[in-house]
Amino acid sequence: MEFLVASAVGLLTAAGVYLILRKRTFPVILGLSLVSYAVNVFLFATGRLMVNAPPILNKYEEVAYTDPLPQALVLTAIVISFGMTAVVVMIALGAFLSARDDRIDMLEDGETAKTGEDA
Amino acid sequence: MNHLLIAPILLPAIVAPFIIMVVRYHLDLQRIFSIASTVAIAAITLALAAQAADGTVQVYELGDWPAPFGIVLVLDRLSAMMIVLTAVLALAVLLYAIGTGWDARGANFHALFQFQLMGIIGAFLTGDAFNLFVFFEVLLIASYGLMIHAGGATRFRAGVQYVVYNLLGSTLFLFALGTLYAVTGTLNMADLALRVAELPAEDTALLRVGAILLLLVFAIKAAVLPLHFWLPASYANAPLPVAALFAIMTKVGAYAILRMYTLVFGPEVEITAGLAGDWLLPAALVTLAVGAIGVLGARDIGRLVAFGAITSMGTLLTAVALFTPEAVAAALYYTVHSTLAAAFLFLVADMVMERQGGEIAPKPVMAQSGLIAALFFAGAIALAGMPPLSGFLGKLLVMDAARSHDLVWWIWGVILVSSLITIIGLARAGSLIFWKSHGLEPEAQLEGDDTEAPIQEQTASNSALPFVSAFGLLSGLVMLTIFAGPMTDYAEATAAQLFAPQDYLETVLERASK
Repeated sequence: MEFLVASAVGLLTAAGVYLILRKRTFPVILGLSLVSYAVNVFLFATGRLMVNAPPILNKYEEVAYTDPLPQALVLTAIVISFGMTAVVVMIALGAFLSARDDRIDMLEDGETAKTGEDA
Repeated sequence: MNHLLIAPILLPAIVAPFIIMVVRYHLDLQRIFSIASTVAIAAITLALAAQAADGTVQVYELGDWPAPFGIVLVLDRLSAMMIVLTAVLALAVLLYAIGTGWDARGANFHALFQFQLMGIIGAFLTGDAFNLFVFFEVLLIASYGLMIHAGGATRFRAGVQYVVYNLLGSTLFLFALGTLYAVTGTLNMADLALRVAELPAEDTALLRVGAILLLLVFAIKAAVLPLHFWLPASYANAPLPVAALFAIMTKVGAYAILRMYTLVFGPEVEITAGLAGDWLLPAALVTLAVGAIGVLGARDIGRLVAFGAITSMGTLLTAVALFTPEAVAAALYYTVHSTLAAAFLFLVADMVMERQGGEIAPKPVMAQSGLIAALFFAGAIALAGMPPLSGFLGKLLVMDAARSHDLVWWIWGVILVSSLITIIGLARAGSLIFWKSHGLEPEAQLEGDDTEAPIQEQTASNSALPFVSAFGLLSGLVMLTIFAGPMTDYAEATAAQLFAPQDYLETVLERASK
């Protein structure tokens, strides 16, 4: 299971980083989502991997339990990354609607366009 | 427990939704509530600073849970100084934004502004690493809204870059926190400090990875060189009064570096000793150099000041990276100075931008040209670190603190040469904008007047409020120079407190150890 989780985090991160390096906003946002899934799984694993164990201490008998804190952290991280994804989608949409172009770099900035003419 | 400690976080957290939900359509009421809230926050932070000045560490346990189990807010000299600085800066920026009418150019300026304050102050007060992440997100999400305030194609596109870069930074922050938690099993900073000190020396690879990841995250926030790319485009394209408020955001990164690498991965912790300083010092020096070159090469005034802010971060982090009490004291003094100076210059840049556009080139003489030129001159002196303003004293302190370091000649050389380049860059910009415009042909003046007329009219009708707030920041710089003695005493006491964290640890973990 460790191998499965570790390779899942690795694959998600790799795919996310690849997509973030694209130059249109849509793949970049997808990439950000993938990386945030990767970090959620990673956070989950920081409390050690356990199967079929409740995140609750039992004071009457010795029962295996899993660390509840990473689960709380993951919940927070999921909520935050969900909100942030919504924000970045809206801003990207605003940028697309006002410039009719969803490139992520500043190429059409007056400054860079001028140097293009010089060359 | 002293409930005043949580007030500067709660107050904006209550005022901001109130502004959105109740007085959404009444700009005047929004302004009144926003100013009242900011003034109240400033008063509270001053009261807190007065309490922290004698060196006591105060802890606020949220929900009354003892420290490693619950989240704590911690007030010591460092956080007190930073929250006062935040509140004072916010008040000046808010008055400026209201005076120029920037807040009316888009929706929800005041609500976002209050959320931004909540995030920044929370980040300075929290004593829990994960809570630091949460407050970072609060301040970032508010800054996304402020950054694209008033819209425009270029600003939106710069906004997308800014958001993407910072989201990636946040993800990295989570990876770092996860790594630290996996090794130590805690995220409370004081508890982390104890656990890290107890770790066996042979089992620390993962911890060192976590420490470096964390340094990377804070370096992104502080705009240290290989990670600074987000700053010039976002600051130059953000509304410039907002950029003035953002001057404190890079300091949040510097604060976090200072806090984590004195408290948790302190200089005496063997397994991570030198990890931060060895990497940070060269990066900070290169930041300083590149910032200065950027000032020299900038073609519009927003970018000029943005690169000026990068140079000041370079100087600041050079001092931080030495990790000695003297250097940290110098860094703290310079933090206050550079925040005020960068914000002041951003406000002046906005005055120029409003009157004649951002390009650094001779244009027809603008309204109130003489006054703005004088303000720009004062700001340039402050930012470049020339006497008589506090930048000179700050740089002197930094250089004095570096005296015994191995790389002293490098540090002195880079600071002095980059100061010279900054002076040249600022002088070039100032003379092009303010002096050359008087030498323009009269026809050009007339022609220019036609196109610029509506903007000039608009600014002429404005109140004196923008100048009041600009002069307020300037007088802050003057006060910092005049009261440099008491201020450096405070900074030295703060540095001493940072390098003797036993008091902090005991106060935070008091109830847990019982």
